[in-house]
Amino acid sequence: MSNKDIKKATQHVNQNEGLIFERSSPGKKGYRLAPLDVPEVDYKKALGAAARPDLGNMPEVSEMEIIRHFTRLSTWNYAIDLGMYPLGSCTMKYNARVNEVVARFPGLANAHPYQPAEVSQGAMRVMKTLSECLLDITGMDAITLQPAAGAHGEMTGILLIHACLKSRGNPRKKILIPDSAHGTNPATAAICGYAVENLKSNSRGMVDVSALAAQMNEDVAGLMLTNPNTLGIFEQEIDKIAAILHEKGGLLYMDGANMNALVGKTRPGDFGVDVMHLNLHKTFSTPHGGGGPGSGPVACKKMLEPFLPKPVIVERADGTLAFDYDRPQSVGRVRMFYGNYGMHVRALAYTLANGPDGLRQTTEDAVLNANYIRKKLEGDYHLPYQSPSMHEVVFSDSIQEQKGVKTGDIAKRLIDYGFHPYTVSFPLVVHGAIMIEPTESESLEELDLLVDAMKAIAREAEEDPEFVKNAPHNTRVKRLDETAAARKPVLRWKPAAAKSAGE
Amino acid sequence: MAYPKDYRYTKEHEWIQVKGNTATVGITDHAQESLGDIVFVELPKIGAQVEAGKSFGTVESVKAVSELYAPASGKVIGINESLNQSPEAVNQDAHSAWMIKLELADAKQADALMSADDYEKYVTEEK
Amino acid sequence: MRYLPKSPADRAQMLREIGCKSIDDLFAPIPAEYRLNRDLKVPRQMAESEIIDYFHECANKNAADYALFLGAGAYHHYRPVVIDAMVSRGEFLTSYTPYQAEIAQGTLQAIFEFQTMVCELTGMEVANASMYDGSTGAAEAMLMAVRITGRTAAVVARSVHPEYREVMHTYTQHQGLPIAECGYLENGRVDMADLEKKITADTACVLIQSPNFFGTIEDVAAVADLVHKKGALLIVSIAEALSLGIVKPPVEADIVSMEAQSFGVPLGYGGPYAGVMATKEKFVRQIPGRLVGETKDKDGKRGFVLTLSTREQHIRREKATSNICTNQALIATMATIYLTIYGREGLKELAAQNLAKAAYAASAFAKAGKVLFAGAPRFNEFVVQTKDDPHTINKRLLEKKMIGGFPLGWHYPELGNAQLWCCTELNSKEQIDAAVQAVGQ
Repeated sequence: MSNKDIKKATQHVNQNEGLIFERSSPGKKGYRLAPLDVPEVDYKKALGAAARPDLGNMPEVSEMEIIRHFTRLSTWNYAIDLGMYPLGSCTMKYNARVNEVVARFPGLANAHPYQPAEVSQGAMRVMKTLSECLLDITGMDAITLQPAAGAHGEMTGILLIHACLKSRGNPRKKILIPDSAHGTNPATAAICGYAVENLKSNSRGMVDVSALAAQMNEDVAGLMLTNPNTLGIFEQEIDKIAAILHEKGGLLYMDGANMNALVGKTRPGDFGVDVMHLNLHKTFSTPHGGGGPGSGPVACKKMLEPFLPKPVIVERADGTLAFDYDRPQSVGRVRMFYGNYGMHVRALAYTLANGPDGLRQTTEDAVLNANYIRKKLEGDYHLPYQSPSMHEVVFSDSIQEQKGVKTGDIAKRLIDYGFHPYTVSFPLVVHGAIMIEPTESESLEELDLLVDAMKAIAREAEEDPEFVKNAPHNTRVKRLDETAAARKPVLRWKPAAAKSAGE
Repeated sequence: MAYPKDYRYTKEHEWIQVKGNTATVGITDHAQESLGDIVFVELPKIGAQVEAGKSFGTVESVKAVSELYAPASGKVIGINESLNQSPEAVNQDAHSAWMIKLELADAKQADALMSADDYEKYVTEEK
Repeated sequence: MRYLPKSPADRAQMLREIGCKSIDDLFAPIPAEYRLNRDLKVPRQMAESEIIDYFHECANKNAADYALFLGAGAYHHYRPVVIDAMVSRGEFLTSYTPYQAEIAQGTLQAIFEFQTMVCELTGMEVANASMYDGSTGAAEAMLMAVRITGRTAAVVARSVHPEYREVMHTYTQHQGLPIAECGYLENGRVDMADLEKKITADTACVLIQSPNFFGTIEDVAAVADLVHKKGALLIVSIAEALSLGIVKPPVEADIVSMEAQSFGVPLGYGGPYAGVMATKEKFVRQIPGRLVGETKDKDGKRGFVLTLSTREQHIRREKATSNICTNQALIATMATIYLTIYGREGLKELAAQNLAKAAYAASAFAKAGKVLFAGAPRFNEFVVQTKDDPHTINKRLLEKKMIGGFPLGWHYPELGNAQLWCCTELNSKEQIDAAVQAVGQ
């Protein structure tokens, strides 16, 4: 096997770089402080026993070395800026640079969360305007921007359900969660004091409505549903699902992770959802930054509004904005201050750059791209569910597995072809899942490169499975020993002397 | 790997070796093989009561967690501390890398479990 | 739409190849009655220049060049320009969680360095890759202590940030975890006699903050002695992380939960910040959030991976240590760069400057009011009691383009007309003198 089929990427030299601690030596400096304009204080005397003797192994390096260090590290990462990042359920779309610029305007970036409202009107207006946009996009009545991420939004939403049902007399005991759900859903239900009951999918990859009807009773507080679900399939019987829940007094929670399939085309509030979260770091293009920050606003129907986390932003009669802390039924704060505000700014900038037409076109392109990939790869890869795909498509490795090549191997080989892998082994309902979400940000050329790469890997799996199983071949590190990392965790650097003493 | 004849086996792939009133418990070679590289074994505290069929701990690979189910009821009188440092012992020889020792509530309880021959047949059929 | 890389011809070709007449065919799974047949009510599509103008207008309505005396959980420190130059690199900014280690070594090594620095600073043995912020981190630390001890109650000092305490209540309200409150003494420190009374056989943990909400540095060793005697764990929350440049780390704690905002993260109207959790090695399997570990590749080369993932929600689902998934990785990277820039000597010098500014300011404010909580060491915050209502004082300051201290009356009515003032390296002597004058008017 060779790399002759690889069109998108070429190997190139990149720089080696040790840990920053290994560059450190006493006396090097990367800073200079302005002179102190007040009398100096001997901190050791002022602090007494609370004074710190020294700062141990903290690094001492110059500015030049810092730039090289972090620049070199950065070149070892794949990124959206380099190419397609088809991680299913993660919506890795283009992160516009104007978002970064406006979020750094001093009036916003340097605003203290406790500065008086009269000098924070601009900052609050951003929150208010974003809230209004998100409410129309979701078809909901009320919203909080406080949650810091999707899972945090889930927690907020389930707390709202708990509080609402409790106010009606009984918070109930269980939350239903489909077997295709993200792991955050059951973990969230547990934090909110609910038992988790699994809900099976039917052969079309959707909620089995008759199973739901059988499982629904007065012990069930609600259903956490992702729509489109993690198979990329729209729950076509969504109105029946909502009706079954509502009839027995339960509430419908929607995990908004896949809103990129719906914005401008349909609204969860219209199809029976009572409360949902949005991932601004997915649908609304705020950068994922290697794992975060995110932002997980929660939108809900009127009946849940009294329970929203406090404070809630309100507009006074004179047009000024204020935070309302007088919320006696609130579930409480889920985070200090008002949320990941910097993400609110970026999400609003994204919304303004799109407008209603751009948002709709974005959704259409996202769905078009996923269906294009589906069409092109069907046959080369097994498609476990025939139901139509929305913004992502889930294949399985069952054809390649006959040669011992698994989804994880194909993913690693895709790296050699210049792509970030798709989502591997999720959702759990598909054995050997290959979950591809191209997003709207990919051109036809880039999509074709991915299709070619996937087809080439399918051929390689047939002809030389061992080569695929040992991928990646072109990265600066080869497959890493995760077993050794977990058996004897090394979670921090230690100086050589301490290391050998400890061993 | 051969399944020792003097052990009894559960459908959840644990083995138990009974000696009088006490017993030693571990997981089978088949179990370790399907789990892959084991990186951590979580065991109960000495003195804990375990109940037949109920979880008494977990065994972890890099990306999965599996429950350990007690083959019989009783009090934990010993745990294999060496698995803390070298969980790979389970992969190397599952039938000697024991996990807990029990003081049995009922010395006869394990008799109802599968014999080595039955278990081997069970595993072949399960495949 | 300028972000979309497709021509009308591309779209038409793709639809043809899929076998669709129009894009609407692809949305057929959505029942017709739920399809949106109108434009969304969002502002019209804007040019980049218009977006810049829009946010300029918003930004200009906010205080920008005001002298700032607010701390209270969010601190204004100078941010070296290198930080934004580095985190603006697309490879850091636009990459995902480093699940695919071979093409994420940059993020993974940066987080490994972050974990190491947090351990060095806090005196703990292991640290995670970040939590949402200091408040949620503190709440998660309590839940962690419950898992470790098997006990089901907690004690929290009243001198912990009031919003942190609110978040703890939110997180624990359905966990059957009553939280008792422990008072403070006249020197601002935890009331040890009260604490001793509040700890019961059910107490899983005691949570204190140091420097606490009043800026007072707690006697962590003494509190730890008491807490450990009762078989509970001590959690120390740190809101002003820069204090660790000169304040002894809370090595006696079992869990440290820290807000890293002070390390080069913009105030940003309250977020995004980064929480950090650090603990003893023996508790590592109960820590929430991601961990990066060192390992080797097939050729024996050093590399880094996410590890001990079985604690997390994507594997253990409802039995996970937390539901956290997305964390604050880019903010942790900012903190790592900041800590690298100042390093071993700079953090000490910078922290000492903060202490000197606050010491000067406190002595100056003593002329305009009563500085409370004497007798225990402080870092860069202090409480001043005045004749006038703090809101009146702050209005006076605002007219002079100064943002005064945080009024404490709402959360601590027992302190009367009191304000929490903060002075960092960014507060000049002139600013401080002017503020004192305005307060004393």
